Amino acid sequence: MKVLVGIKRVVDYNVRIKVRSDGSGVETDGVKMSVNPFDEIALEEALRMREAGHASEVIVVSVGGDECQQQLRTGLAMGADRAIQVRPEGEVQPLTVARILLAIAQREQPGLVLLGKQAIDDDCNQTGQMLAALWDRPQATFASRLELAGEAARVTREVDAGLETIEVDLPAVVTVDLRLNEPRFVKLPDIMKAKRKPLEVIEFGDLEIAPDPSMAVSHHAPPPPRARGIMVEDTAQLVAELKNRGLL
Amino acid sequence: MNAPAEPREVMAYDVVIVGAGPAGLACAIRLKQLREEWSVAVIEKGAEVGAHILSGAVIEPGPLDQLLPGWRDDPPAICVPVTRDRLWYLTATGKRWFPTPPQQRNHGNFIVSLGSTCQWLAGHAEAAGVDIFPGFAAAGVHFAEGGEVGGVIIGDMGVASDGSPKDTFTQGIEIHAPLTMLAEGCRGHLSKQLIRRFELDADADPQTYGIGIKELWRVAEGKCSPGLVQHTLGWPLDPSTYGGSFIYHLEGDRVAIGFVCALDYRDPEFSPFEAFQQFKHHPAIRPLLEGGEILSGGARAIVEGGYQSLPRVEMPGAMLIGDAAGTLNVPKVKGTHQAMRSGMLAAEHAAEHGTAEGFDERLRNSEVMAELRRVRNIRPGFRRGLWKGLANAALETVTGGRRQRTLPNHADHTALERVSEHAAAQRAWRERDLPPRDRLAWVYFAATEHDEDQPVHLQILDPEVCTTRCGVEFNHPCTRFCPANVYEMIEEEHGLRLQINAANCVHCKTCDIKDPYQVINWVAPEGGSGPNYQNL
Amino acid sequence: MAKILIITEHDGRNLNAGMAKCVSCASAIGGTIDLLLLGEDLAGIAAQAASLEGVDRVISVEAGHLAAPLAANHAPEVVALAPDYSHILGPSTTYGKDLMPRVAALLGVNQVSDIMAVEGERHFKRPIYAGNAIVDVHVPEDSRVVGTVRTASWPSAAGGGGAAVESRPAGVAPATHTRYVGLEAGSSERPDLQTAGIVVSGGRGVGSAENFRLVYELADQLGAGVGASRAAVDAGYVANDMQVGQTGKIIAPDLYIAVGISGAIQHVTGIKDAGTIVAINKDPDAPIFEIADVGLAGDLFTVLPELKQLLS
Repeated sequence: MKVLVGIKRVVDYNVRIKVRSDGSGVETDGVKMSVNPFDEIALEEALRMREAGHASEVIVVSVGGDECQQQLRTGLAMGADRAIQVRPEGEVQPLTVARILLAIAQREQPGLVLLGKQAIDDDCNQTGQMLAALWDRPQATFASRLELAGEAARVTREVDAGLETIEVDLPAVVTVDLRLNEPRFVKLPDIMKAKRKPLEVIEFGDLEIAPDPSMAVSHHAPPPPRARGIMVEDTAQLVAELKNRGLL
Repeated sequence: MNAPAEPREVMAYDVVIVGAGPAGLACAIRLKQLREEWSVAVIEKGAEVGAHILSGAVIEPGPLDQLLPGWRDDPPAICVPVTRDRLWYLTATGKRWFPTPPQQRNHGNFIVSLGSTCQWLAGHAEAAGVDIFPGFAAAGVHFAEGGEVGGVIIGDMGVASDGSPKDTFTQGIEIHAPLTMLAEGCRGHLSKQLIRRFELDADADPQTYGIGIKELWRVAEGKCSPGLVQHTLGWPLDPSTYGGSFIYHLEGDRVAIGFVCALDYRDPEFSPFEAFQQFKHHPAIRPLLEGGEILSGGARAIVEGGYQSLPRVEMPGAMLIGDAAGTLNVPKVKGTHQAMRSGMLAAEHAAEHGTAEGFDERLRNSEVMAELRRVRNIRPGFRRGLWKGLANAALETVTGGRRQRTLPNHADHTALERVSEHAAAQRAWRERDLPPRDRLAWVYFAATEHDEDQPVHLQILDPEVCTTRCGVEFNHPCTRFCPANVYEMIEEEHGLRLQINAANCVHCKTCDIKDPYQVINWVAPEGGSGPNYQNL
Repeated sequence: MAKILIITEHDGRNLNAGMAKCVSCASAIGGTIDLLLLGEDLAGIAAQAASLEGVDRVISVEAGHLAAPLAANHAPEVVALAPDYSHILGPSTTYGKDLMPRVAALLGVNQVSDIMAVEGERHFKRPIYAGNAIVDVHVPEDSRVVGTVRTASWPSAAGGGGAAVESRPAGVAPATHTRYVGLEAGSSERPDLQTAGIVVSGGRGVGSAENFRLVYELADQLGAGVGASRAAVDAGYVANDMQVGQTGKIIAPDLYIAVGISGAIQHVTGIKDAGTIVAINKDPDAPIFEIADVGLAGDLFTVLPELKQLLS
């Protein structure tokens, strides 16, 4: 069974996000870029499946300009067998990314597509679900545990009410949450090996995907700062104030 | 349980360079220019190249012209030609214009972010075929059978705070190479070990250092004059402490503001961080920052000993280059050009001879050393105070350092006076309101990050001293000299306890230098830990 | 005029508290508001839904295979109703986040995730970069709006309404490829720090691991999760996984009570999206008061026992 893992190049989670003063976006000059942390967890899970003998090949795929090859190489250094870059024309939104992943899935016929639950840049949390819909296959989002059992997978999902377990037939799309695993550190010799692993570049145009209506983003702003509130004199006033606000 | 001691995986290179700063990267590029067939690896403990680089920085372009002719057509992202120089002497409330000494005239120089310049250099190095490995810390030296340096040992990843392996434990590999270049920057922890082991400093004066603290600000519109270079002397330092400030105006309303202070200061109650924050509130400085916002900040020790403190820069199998050796020119307030030059010279020496032997002599006969010799007496002259120091500097400048005598340097950790002997300084410090409010808030702007479940990388060799003698004699100066609030003395029922907030550490090395009992030993934490400087 | 359909989350007995907030968001868009209920034995929940002020109609689709909240079964039912609507909304809960993008893809549109403000029928504000930037998004004129509502940004719609309830049969056959196994509610007695509606956190000011008992007691009284500042973690009072802030957990409870926490920027980063922040600290100049909605400068060792008494 092949496992397809989506990888997105994002601003590193350690970077303090600054909105450009002209509102045109966030500052990305000289900013560290990384693999989306949830995608790293997805890849780690795929690698563990291969190491346990459940998967034969792990393919990492990214949609982006040539700079995302750096993140694909990181994926290869972690242990993926090969990489696919789909080079889009301009900015792409989740539905288009899902259509691209569908095209790759139809070509590669993976038993499982593993994605991060969301990217930490746009926080959309859509692509995996969209891929499952377009592919007409099951989805299991927010996975914190994943077990393969023959032609199906049993997935524990971190939902608001607790831990939900569902069973999905393969092929399926699973999006992963933070607690699924802790990704491995890349070993230095593997960085060198990754340079020799295959990385295929596909032009978006060659996939013949019809355009979708896309949303326009007009303005970026920093979040409004929290304002200083009121001071109360004693505990009784505090309780009264909270009751007044309907919080107790 | 300790980490399993399996044999480490080995990778072999012709040259391994520790540190992707200007010295290491210039060395790597030059090596590839001269010996294309050689394999060259650069190990960098920062999460990416530039993450641990902090400098003013105004640079002299000479070595860049040599290394990468045509670089001016494709300069680093931040690179502003200097248009004007200004030097002020500050009193607590006022300022006086001062003539700019010849060493500090910057016509033809460029204001850069050294961090982004190093990223740019790394691009050139990779294009030339150098393997750069950011996120990997050289934790130890690999010694070959004959006792010579044979490469480095990369630190283990995934070790818990108690030393046991976590699920993610990944053993570090060894990188073996006939030649190792130590380009760790000021007070490199491997360089420190090797200087001791090979007694490289036997014939040199003790090394002396400073601490530089820097912030990058976006100032209100109209306040930034791109290309303007400002320096100050005087307040908030007392005349017995050497140091000053810099304000470099970049483009896009960005201003780099920083403060440098020698670590041979005597006042045990002194806090370099507080001095810098006070400086920002001086009436001559504050208007620049008001209405602006801090973008990032950081700190780094600076090597100031120069000519007379330079250790031997060669040992069997390895060379010291850049600030790891101590090539910075203090009166010029510049080290980058010297670091690059020494790195390039080391590359040339390696390419010609294939050995470290002879590099010390070669460096000492080079322009690197000639430049240090000319200014060798200026920094130590300030031991006698600012005014005598300035008079001496003027004399040394006029004579071009040709006088016979060489003033000595002293070890910084011996400089502190005991609390009982030191008269409390009158510093006229103000209430502050510009950000950051305190050191913890400041650390936020350094974006420093350490996995908290790893062994503390600030080893206290004798913890007893901290709670006993040090309190009585110096009132715990670690709680003040550290700009990142790493050291805290906490009062508990059973008495004082030293708490080390290692996760705050910005890798400046000040503690390793200034601690009066030399019981703090800075070792490399997990690769990729530490500050994540942006454009510093 | 907008015709809005809101997909309703419930647990089989009660309406999810976020639904009243979704209705507020829909009211801000303006137009007719229908609520869609999917499940089994929905009469009681339908009554709750019908009482929300602003709701015009409740559509109840009952079938055995809809009892479990599986997106594979719910999405086609939503899509079947979609032609009648210009806007389809769901809550930004794990249920809504699971379901709505599947709906959006089947309808051929992108989704507006985490709507925090409505600027026009097709113009919304939403957070990106974990709330560190807010963007304005515009949905093209000819396309249907599918979105999730960031419930923390909206007030609850009032009760007292009386919308009509309409039953419809399930229109789509169950998916066989996805099977619901079960739900295990949170195992710890205390709510999870990351999803709790109320969180009580202690800082260095608490003074010791033993004193942290006071924090736990208050939390248990309020049914709250328990967090800590890094200073408290570093001092060894509590375990690292309780840390709230830049290097710990980023949380957004409705009520956050900071006890003995100075309010370092690293900590505040982790709670900037909290509904109401209450700070109790003996230092009136502590930075936490600069961002607290309600502050009490006082000794926590006096205040917490008093609180305990007043709340019991």
